[in-house]
Amino acid sequence: MSTPAESPRTLVVERVFPHPPEKLWRALTESQLLAQWMMSNDFEPVAGHRFRFRTDPKPNWNGIVDCEVLIVDPFKSLSYSWGVGPGEAGLQWVVLWTLTPADGGTHVRMEQSGFRPNQQAAYQGANYGWQKFFGGLERVLGGLV
Amino acid sequence: MVLDVKPANANHVFRALADPTRRAIFEELARQGEQTVHALTRYADVSQPAVSKHLTVLKRAKLVRHRRDGRETYYRAQPDALAPVVDWLNLYGAFWRERFDLLEALLERMN
Repeated sequence: MSTPAESPRTLVVERVFPHPPEKLWRALTESQLLAQWMMSNDFEPVAGHRFRFRTDPKPNWNGIVDCEVLIVDPFKSLSYSWGVGPGEAGLQWVVLWTLTPADGGTHVRMEQSGFRPNQQAAYQGANYGWQKFFGGLERVLGGLV
Repeated sequence: MVLDVKPANANHVFRALADPTRRAIFEELARQGEQTVHALTRYADVSQPAVSKHLTVLKRAKLVRHRRDGRETYYRAQPDALAPVVDWLNLYGAFWRERFDLLEALLERMN
């Protein structure tokens, strides 16, 4: 697992589960199962589907994550945008799940990164900006050590 | 889970860094060290009032500090003020690890 200090641009969490990819896929894509380990949701495994994760409101967060399904490649990869906070003051991320068959199970990789690579033109500038920002952040943090 | 850490400060920091020109100014200061508003104006390629406005936002977020010397004002980056961003990433790391644990428990329960 990479720590944020090593790679502030993206956050990666990985684990091998002793279960087949088909089972992992169900846990990731069936709304009721998803609710049992993520948050209550109206997810559907259809590219372009907009949905929300909901949890209890927190002091600076209404408890809602606004998402849109970006990639559905059964048993292999699943991706959705991850938006927190209101409009322009909010933060937009992309969550990418990758399943790879491993010895006796499935290797699961979750990557949370900045703006999605192919976002519409309006976000291109911001996309570039965030990439640049995190590149800069890496350098700044490197200089602190 | 998300923006709970040092909220007021974190919001200022995220808002300050949401603008590409402000990020560029902050990065330039982090890279080059202390600079005058004039030098930053040349670098950012926007008007001096615009640069001053950006610097005010960065100051509020404590991302930059300034000192006056004669007629010039010098600005320098305060990289420590990025702490909320780092906290936020650490928080998300904990969030996902906890989710992975719950996923593991769910998989055990499933047929």
